[in-house]
Amino acid sequence: MSSVAVPSARRITWSRRRRAVAQAWAEYRRHAPGMIGLAILAAAVAMALAAPLLADPAGQHAVNTTANPAWANPSKFGPLGTDHLGRSIMTQFIWGARISLLVGLAATVLAMLIGSVVGIAAGFFGGWFEAVLMRLTEWFLVIPFLPLAIVLAAILGPSVENIILVIGITSWPFPARLIRAQVLTLKERLYVDRSRALGASNWHLMTRHVLPNVSGLIIANTTLTVPVAILSETTLSFLGLGDPSRASWGKMLQEGFAAGALTQQAWWYYAPPGVGIMLVVLAFTLCGQALEEVLDPRLRDQRA
Amino acid sequence: MSARFVSAKVLGSLATLAFVVCFNFFLFRIVEGDPVANLFRGRNLSQSQRAELTKQFGLDGSTGTQFVRYLQQTASLNLGRSYSNNQPVVDEIRRKAGPTIALVGISTLLSTIFGVLLGIAAAWRRRTKADYSITSFTMATYSMPDFWLGMLLLTGFAVGLGWFPVGGIVDPNSDATGLAKLADQAKHMFLPALTLTLAYLGEYALVMRSSLVETMREDYLVLARAKGLRDILVRNRHAVPNALLPVVTLSAINFGFVLAGAIAVEAIFSWPGLGLATFDALQGPDLPMLQGLFLLFSAAVIAANLVADLLYGYLDPRVRTR
Amino acid sequence: MSAAPDRSGLPLLSVRDLHVTYPSRSGPVPAVRGVDIDLAVGETLGLAGESGCGKSTLAGALLRLLPRGTEVSGQVLFDGEDVLTMRPGRLRAVRWTDMAIVFQGALHTLNPVQRVGRQIGEAIRLHSPRTSGSAVSSRVGELLELVGLPARRARDYPHQLSGGQRQRVLIGLALACEPRLLIADEPTTALDVMVQAQVLRLLEDLQQRFGLAVVFITHDLSTLAAVCRRIAVMYAGLIVEEGPSQAVFEAPAHPYTRALAAAFPVIGDPAFRMNPSGVAGDPPDPRELPSGCPFHPRCPAVVKPCSSIKVQLWPAGPERGAACVHVPGSGVPV
Repeated sequence: MSSVAVPSARRITWSRRRRAVAQAWAEYRRHAPGMIGLAILAAAVAMALAAPLLADPAGQHAVNTTANPAWANPSKFGPLGTDHLGRSIMTQFIWGARISLLVGLAATVLAMLIGSVVGIAAGFFGGWFEAVLMRLTEWFLVIPFLPLAIVLAAILGPSVENIILVIGITSWPFPARLIRAQVLTLKERLYVDRSRALGASNWHLMTRHVLPNVSGLIIANTTLTVPVAILSETTLSFLGLGDPSRASWGKMLQEGFAAGALTQQAWWYYAPPGVGIMLVVLAFTLCGQALEEVLDPRLRDQRA
Repeated sequence: MSARFVSAKVLGSLATLAFVVCFNFFLFRIVEGDPVANLFRGRNLSQSQRAELTKQFGLDGSTGTQFVRYLQQTASLNLGRSYSNNQPVVDEIRRKAGPTIALVGISTLLSTIFGVLLGIAAAWRRRTKADYSITSFTMATYSMPDFWLGMLLLTGFAVGLGWFPVGGIVDPNSDATGLAKLADQAKHMFLPALTLTLAYLGEYALVMRSSLVETMREDYLVLARAKGLRDILVRNRHAVPNALLPVVTLSAINFGFVLAGAIAVEAIFSWPGLGLATFDALQGPDLPMLQGLFLLFSAAVIAANLVADLLYGYLDPRVRTR
Repeated sequence: MSAAPDRSGLPLLSVRDLHVTYPSRSGPVPAVRGVDIDLAVGETLGLAGESGCGKSTLAGALLRLLPRGTEVSGQVLFDGEDVLTMRPGRLRAVRWTDMAIVFQGALHTLNPVQRVGRQIGEAIRLHSPRTSGSAVSSRVGELLELVGLPARRARDYPHQLSGGQRQRVLIGLALACEPRLLIADEPTTALDVMVQAQVLRLLEDLQQRFGLAVVFITHDLSTLAAVCRRIAVMYAGLIVEEGPSQAVFEAPAHPYTRALAAAFPVIGDPAFRMNPSGVAGDPPDPRELPSGCPFHPRCPAVVKPCSSIKVQLWPAGPERGAACVHVPGSGVPV
């Protein structure tokens, strides 16, 4: 009945974006290492989400009965044996994945949020505002991460939320610097000036023009920051600053070390958490590199 | 290199150091709880005793007074006394600095050199089996928590095979001196140094590789070949020096992380350095010790950044001239 | 105008049936599809064409500078020796001392972290290793002054020089080992109008002074007409016309050359740079070349045989050839 309506500008933009995403995905699929990384991540996330189904949460607490002897290696108590308190390693491993992944992702999101806001604002507004923000960024960059994280964790107290906060607060300078550099190059482009001539407000410019163009950088950077966050959580937990009531892979390593798993050669205690961390970090790195190549046309041409 | 460039960088570093010193003070003042009460837990202190101890630890007076006193003390390198053994923090640090400098120094040197060499090899043989194996190996070591790698090496080579001692810096039963003692220390340092080297060389290799791959597209390499230069010389004289620039920046950024890694690695190997001291100080928490260590670590990272900046300026003339 | 070349004896450079193919993910890409060139000692040849016609690839092929994996076939005879089959040691010796290239003076053509003088000195030291340090420095100074720059510029870094100055450095560098053949690949394209004229004059000067044979590559036909003795016009990897420059420019035999020459260029006008031929459409994608004559889809004088005939350079006058069926010497009835 109705004639063909002219699609609105918004509709066009969204369909174009959908197409760009589909194209990017097709491009990504051709990247073998990227797909492997994605597969590992999918498995890890699935395991973490399905934890209540896979392992009894009560298994995280000390047992040490004849049914659950301490220091049992996998041949005696499967599939991964028990720790010094008789708890099943497998249970801890599955539940530990939750915390490690959660902290890694949440801290990264926090760091990227702060970093993006700072980076975009600094790059966009320039002037003394930018100078101040950049000085602040430099200072935070110079303060060595771990001592600062240790102090903050000691001040705030050990809990999952605080660890997320600590890692997020110490990690934002890296993306902030990169994003600001990108925003500066974008500002050079004419369309920002042209939009302004048309009466666009700063908010409009930042959200409609600058943000979509830095989003690729942000996404690629996020995937590469998560591994750092996960490793940081591991280290902080190992140093005893993690949440004592929840299992995490880092905490497993700390408890193992403190209980003498090394001298006991109880490899089933400390190998699985490390392998888990390694695989997840590797997976994120692979995905991040693949994303970088897909989203950055310069790098794409180099593969020919 | 112009004096202006150098002095600008040095001044910048000093300003950052000043910021860190102030930040250090306020950070630790936020810690709640009464340190005196914490230290003398379970002992009944009278009011006067508590007041006396508070004064001794410099915790009396307003925040402003404390801050000024703190600045004066820091300037004269009086960093307080450790809560755990009441020794001056400066002395503790001085005692334990040596092993850490040796460990971190050697590890940084080795990881940079081997990382760069591996990166060059991988880039030069891009997309061959050699490249893929180097890249996979470096990505694997890069993805491991550094101290976990230490755990594996410790159980494997020290506990399992018994090739290396399990911890410490010297054999407590031997009284060797001179060269023999040095050899003993080297044996003890082998595994922790290997751990830190392997943990960080991956990143250098990966960065060097991608930097060199990008540099190899540059036009000036074609010009160098056209002049009649052999391929090896084109690579070493023109490509590699240009490709090294990001690595210099990376090493500065990495230094902070290597120090952080040293904390956990020293703990695992009972290496009596500043890392182990930090680990122990965390158990208290031994605040003066932590404060002094924080200051030291920050100063070290600032210094490393300064060195890297100056080195970069030396290597890349575009940065220091207009 | 350049001095009369020495046409006695063998040509200095003789290119026979040169083919260059690039590998790519979507299949081989032919960039040069059978090119013949003859250049006598001291002769100047202009090579004209739009971007993508294969002229820069041709320049790179002459000294075997193309990326690894590129397929090059045919012959490139320099003084009778085939460059394409030379052993690597001989090739490196020949490079720069016999044939040298002047690249376009973009910022990254020179190593950005080395002083300019050192880069010139490297060429000298490479081919005369026993030269003393001071001899190298004075030669570097000499070369810089030869191209119109003060000798003290040797201490500068590339980013401290202007585009025109960088181009002069590249010219001086190319002359460092007294080559007999100079290949100038778009030496004036990135420069401003005034500087273009200066650099051109410099090149002419040097050519006459040293009796150099020059292959001058550019898209600007009018420049070639003034500077070179002969012109060859390239399109889609083939030479479609060649002959004495004046004749080719004033009375082109090939429709493409006609379009290039008639485009009343304003030097420096960006519109002209984007579309020098003034003909509608774009040069063909090397992966999807038209059948028959590669120009026929855009040709104003196209006739039926054009889409199927295999074109070659048919005689179109004294010392002239054109790859068009309309040329009387083609023997194709139109």
